[in-house]
Amino acid sequence: MSAIYARRSITNIIALVLSGFATLLGLIFLVWILWITAENGFGALKLTLFTKITAYGADGGLSNAIVGSLMMDLMALLICAPIGVLAGTYLAEYASSTRLGASIRFLNDILLSAPSIVLGLFVYVIVVVPATALTGGSITFSGFAGSVALALIGLPVIVRTTDEMLQLVPGTLREAALSLGIPQWKLTMQVLMRAAFSGILTGVLLALARLAGETAPLLFTAFGNTYMTFHPLDKMASMPQTIYQYTNDPDPALHAIAWAGALLITLFVLALSLLTRIMFSRKKVSYE
Amino acid sequence: MQATSAEPLARDTEHRSRADARHDLIFRLLLRCCALFVLATLLGAALSTLWGGRDVLLKDGFHFLTSSDWNPVEDQYGALAPIAGTLITSLIALVIAVPISFGIALFLTEIAPNWLRGPVSAAIELLAGIPSIIYGMWGLFVFVPFMANIEPTLNDTLGNIPVIGALFQGPPLGLGLLTAGIVLAVMILPFISSVMREVFQTVPARLKESSYALGSTTWEVVWDIVLPYTRSAVIGGIFLGLGRALGETMAVTFVLGNSYNLTSSLLMPGTSISSSIANEFNEAVGLHRSALIALGFLLFVVTFIVLLIARLMLRQLARREGR
Amino acid sequence: MLTSFKLPSRLGTLAIAVAASMFGMTAQATDITGAGSSFVYPVISKWSAAYAEKTGNHINYQSIGSGGGIAQIKAGTVDFGASDMPLKPEDLAKFGLGQFPDVIGGIVPAFNVAGVAPGALVLDGATLADIYLGKITTWNDPAIVKLNPSVHLPSSRITVVHRSDGSGTSFNFTDYLSKVSADWKTKVGEGTAVQWPAGIGGKGNEGVSAYIKQIPNSIGYVEYAYALKNNIGYAKMKNAAGNVVEPNTASFQAAAVTADWKNAKDFNLLMTNAPGAQAWPITATSWVIMYKTPKNASNTKVAFDFFKFAYSNGQDAARSLAYVPLPDSLVQQIESYWSSEYKM
Repeated sequence: MSAIYARRSITNIIALVLSGFATLLGLIFLVWILWITAENGFGALKLTLFTKITAYGADGGLSNAIVGSLMMDLMALLICAPIGVLAGTYLAEYASSTRLGASIRFLNDILLSAPSIVLGLFVYVIVVVPATALTGGSITFSGFAGSVALALIGLPVIVRTTDEMLQLVPGTLREAALSLGIPQWKLTMQVLMRAAFSGILTGVLLALARLAGETAPLLFTAFGNTYMTFHPLDKMASMPQTIYQYTNDPDPALHAIAWAGALLITLFVLALSLLTRIMFSRKKVSYE
Repeated sequence: MQATSAEPLARDTEHRSRADARHDLIFRLLLRCCALFVLATLLGAALSTLWGGRDVLLKDGFHFLTSSDWNPVEDQYGALAPIAGTLITSLIALVIAVPISFGIALFLTEIAPNWLRGPVSAAIELLAGIPSIIYGMWGLFVFVPFMANIEPTLNDTLGNIPVIGALFQGPPLGLGLLTAGIVLAVMILPFISSVMREVFQTVPARLKESSYALGSTTWEVVWDIVLPYTRSAVIGGIFLGLGRALGETMAVTFVLGNSYNLTSSLLMPGTSISSSIANEFNEAVGLHRSALIALGFLLFVVTFIVLLIARLMLRQLARREGR
Repeated sequence: MLTSFKLPSRLGTLAIAVAASMFGMTAQATDITGAGSSFVYPVISKWSAAYAEKTGNHINYQSIGSGGGIAQIKAGTVDFGASDMPLKPEDLAKFGLGQFPDVIGGIVPAFNVAGVAPGALVLDGATLADIYLGKITTWNDPAIVKLNPSVHLPSSRITVVHRSDGSGTSFNFTDYLSKVSADWKTKVGEGTAVQWPAGIGGKGNEGVSAYIKQIPNSIGYVEYAYALKNNIGYAKMKNAAGNVVEPNTASFQAAAVTADWKNAKDFNLLMTNAPGAQAWPITATSWVIMYKTPKNASNTKVAFDFFKFAYSNGQDAARSLAYVPLPDSLVQQIESYWSSEYKM
């Protein structure tokens, strides 16, 4: 009896120690990656990163990539936020128990994890190819095409958050409004949206955090540019793509710039996710 | 608001209610269109890649999947090497990430003191927030040299075990299938562990407490009560991680080595579907381009199926929970 | 209250207006995009920066590999493609394209072996081919030792690095190996992207250089500027005349002078394994490929102006990176090619 007990308790202790070790391992990787990024990134931060363009290589900076990324991220949000919020609203308010609603919700969850490189291919086929054919080659790859690809990555995040946040709005609010004779669209736009506003905004910010670090779909949509452009239909540089190119280069000076860029993106993305966590700590929604 | 201050004239009311009904209808249609947009995106991505890949699929058919002959000079495209690379790296990622994620979930739900749970789980989830290009950089500049240092040891230890030994034979390049698999494992850790942690928390306290009352150890409660209760969701979480690993591009493309040669060793370089597309798409024309788009279609379909299974498994537990 | 409902339609109008203005603005954009060869990327980016300072026009050059340059110009998504593999005259005719050289450079075997200094290693074509065939697998293989009796070579395994993308550098390299090794010719052949029997793939000359720097006991082939800029060890080569030559502007030049440009239709000519006594065996030309009847004439005009600028003002920049500027006679031939072949 005591032998069995001893074995059980040893198994237990081993398992518990191993689980602690697993957690430690996860944390070690987190600290390792962040530390390396911070160490190399802070060391390489300098003012010229923000004032010079990538055309000068190691003597240059990232200003055109920063501007390109900000423009594309913003355009992507302008595309996916309205569609995503309205689609999420549809799921929560109109189709919460219909079969169509259930299947869209289900497929949206799949889109959340869909390979971003395939979404890039998709946008290449539906935006870049037609644009090239229609304009005779004066518009081909573009910042706009890049932002469409990014929008498809942000979209499911917004749909899901809006859906879940609206479901959190108490039903009594709907009943109270409807009993006053208010039409459904007004109820949705003016009562529910307002009640769930912070939650919906959280979704938009999460989408931004998600798409700001994306590289793969930009390769064949935005293409890259070594000069500054503010024109959405020009080929456009972006931070992740520039980091990708510089990482691939043997020049340590370019590696330093890439690390600085990596640090900026990481800080941006982590700050966003921290912000959303603070903004909405009441209910946890998972975004896997 | 406006309604309460309006004159209660019957005609006016009727007019307004008709207008309201019309607006409601338009609004509803608009919303529905937006929701269908999600559907259209998925369908569009599948159909456009199928259409783009039709040339190679019609020409080679099933042979496209089974041939390892990727030869742009001869215009021959066999996708076996990238498919194998994608599957092998994802499998390595799962083998590593699943036990670790389970450990993390166990630690966070059963062992850690309450004050520690929040910060630690938030920290683990931060791993999911780090952009994949950062994983790629860290992988290439830091983890590859690290692996190059320990690979001779792997050669001498694991490499000598019969049968699986061949998997760990090879020059200490640092990059290759194993390195890519480990980087992927770190990337998908937070996804799997957060699902596990969440579903472990849904196990009714009375179940666990009854077991404890019978004298079970913590490990026995987790292994015999919690895990069976949440089995489908745990599998769902694992598939979710698998779906992520299959489609990842930037984290693996630097550390995989971009070689179309099939090897028996995990220490050797390989390629994956996503990194082949990233590397070659901008230079590909004709059949080559078609082959890459067909690879994209394949990747999309496989991840779709994996994620479908994941969601169905996750839903099973939610159903039982009555959610 | 109804105003908020009208918002979407107003947004729509706004979107159309914005889109229209975007399309309108495009006509005035002076950004020229070129893409392709990473072989010429170092020098084109220098020329581009100098040209931007002088004229204000931007030449956005993306180093995506020669295969990419050919693909993108054919697709009409860029204003010019750059490739170190010339297109055949019939291919050019089929697509309505023209091509002309922009610079000449050398491809060097680059290595990373502890204790072996840059330039200390000597290789010949057959040995190089056997290394890339995976037949020679260690650094102290008799074939390498025979060429380097005085160098201490380790017994470590050789890690072969090649290109993962379609590359003109690969094309010239494999063309050279095919000329010097019958085995290579039958088993692998030549092309921008071949089926490599061994090794790992790096993206662009950049990626190959980076891997060589990072992986001990590796060997690769890169455009000389990459080895020079990044302090990567390079090997001397035994050339067709049997002499051991050092890679530098002089030996590239020695190979370039053997080229008979006058009789090469569309400048379609390779100079690998050149016969000169001091000729570098893997000397390569890079070409610019453009539509003869350009879809965007104003952009094409700027592109020509850019290359004219490069031929006249870019020579020092080219030499500083160990490229060989084109000889004056060739530049004249190119300019007459422009006026006879291109419709602007």
